[in-house]
Amino acid sequence: MSGLRSDRNGAAALVFHALVVAFILAPLVVVVLVSFSDKEFISMPFEGASLRWYWAILSAPELVDAFWLSVVLAFTAATMASTVAIPAAIAIARYRFVGRDGLMAFLMSPLMIPHVVLGVAFLRFFSVMGLTGSFFALALVHALIVVPYSLRLTLAAVTGLEQDAEHAARSLGASRFTAFRRILLPLILPGVAGGWVLSFIQSFDEVTMTIFVATPGTMTLPVALYHRIADLTDPVTTSVSTVMIVGTMLLMFALDRIVGLDKVLTGKK
Amino acid sequence: MLKTGKRLNGAPWLLSLPALALFVGLLAVPLALTGILSFHAYDGMRGMESALSMRHYVEILTDGYYYELFLRTGLMSLGVTVICMVIGVPETLILSKMRPAWQGTFFVVILGPLLISVIVRTLGWSILLSRHGMVNSILLGLGVVERPVQLLYSMTGIVIVLTHVLLPFMIIAVWSTLQRLDNQAPNAARSLGAGQFTTYWRIVLPQLMPGILSGSIIVFTLSASAFATPALIGGRRVKVVTTAIYDEFLNSLNWPLGAAIAVLLLVGIVAVVVGSNRLAERRFKQVFS
Repeated sequence: MSGLRSDRNGAAALVFHALVVAFILAPLVVVVLVSFSDKEFISMPFEGASLRWYWAILSAPELVDAFWLSVVLAFTAATMASTVAIPAAIAIARYRFVGRDGLMAFLMSPLMIPHVVLGVAFLRFFSVMGLTGSFFALALVHALIVVPYSLRLTLAAVTGLEQDAEHAARSLGASRFTAFRRILLPLILPGVAGGWVLSFIQSFDEVTMTIFVATPGTMTLPVALYHRIADLTDPVTTSVSTVMIVGTMLLMFALDRIVGLDKVLTGKK
Repeated sequence: MLKTGKRLNGAPWLLSLPALALFVGLLAVPLALTGILSFHAYDGMRGMESALSMRHYVEILTDGYYYELFLRTGLMSLGVTVICMVIGVPETLILSKMRPAWQGTFFVVILGPLLISVIVRTLGWSILLSRHGMVNSILLGLGVVERPVQLLYSMTGIVIVLTHVLLPFMIIAVWSTLQRLDNQAPNAARSLGAGQFTTYWRIVLPQLMPGILSGSIIVFTLSASAFATPALIGGRRVKVVTTAIYDEFLNSLNWPLGAAIAVLLLVGIVAVVVGSNRLAERRFKQVFS
């Protein structure tokens, strides 16, 4: 790359870059600014700032309930997804077998199937099976759609790992499970943890599929926010959004410390 | 290191069993049920009937309303893809020339929003695009327009917001191809007297094509599958395939017709991905989303 990188960006390129960055940041900055307004309607905080819309969140119990439901849902889904993704990643990374590519494609397929299609499929499935309104069923389908994220980062961690230490442990009498728990798991833990955090974020943010199956008892925060924005845009939606932006930034910081954000965002090994 | 000796090895399947059980039970079965649902007859008075028919597919494929719906969604996705390409490719090249510290910072700034809820990003845009929003103020201030333009509840607005949501995917795809680029060729071109523009147009761009193509597939399919953005920005005025499916399921309650539209959307997207993969060297699944 040295040849290309030695070329410096010209003035026109830097102006273009500044416009792209402004385009990317504008909607987020606006949401954060509006959340500090002291007016009844959507407005900038320059003519009067306050924290009233943050206090207003606390007097909207449906949003607080939806927040906690989303936290528990994302925690459960990410944990279930990691639990099934770890053995599957070991199988795909360490064995060559007939159907391996097909298995991989099947487990990655939720990335390709439109979430609207998944939403109608789960709506139909839940109504046929009598699972409508079940938190556990919702957690299972959330686990399903975040398996690809968990699988990818776990797979990257297992791939190319030497097995000498595990063989040594086995020959010294450790069981397969002990060798896994004491040797392999600690080695792949950063990848597993990174996959878990990414799955948590994806489950927490999922709205398109969930909107089809959410009932008043299983209302997630993004779905509650969607319905509120669709009805009317009041400043509470911006303060809730700001809380979500800050929460995501904290999780991004955690991801960066665990596996490196560049790896998560660009899929680099 | 790889266990290839044993031909009939049950171990990998045993290890994959929990994931497979989850996927068969909660993905294959629900999709199959949706496929069957789409063939059920529906009567406005009596609701869903047990008799099977092709009626919904015939209706969708012959009715001009649905033809327009799919065409509108396709054109919207194509528009978003082209704009993401036009912005994403130069931006990726600019990023590649930055010093590592700046590069890291701007990567987080540009790709980080991928992890922020699409509802939050769409809310920000609906404030910006409103009649008295900032975009209209800037356009009026610059004298580009005389009166505020209708951006909210319009296709223009949907395309702007989807471009914002999906641009990072294009940049990631082009970036990963750029990493493997042979930089001897551009240097050779420059030393042989080619100008900067010629070098990019004739040497760099052709080498980036696989990345641009796989980025385009991702942006196109995610545009066609997007729901929250067209629903909130388009409102009731601009319908796309996904919002039409939502209406059939949750407003008209004609589930079989909604299921048939959903099946056609899935088939269309799989066709685009499989078709373009033949062209692209890289597979869709290799690009992280």
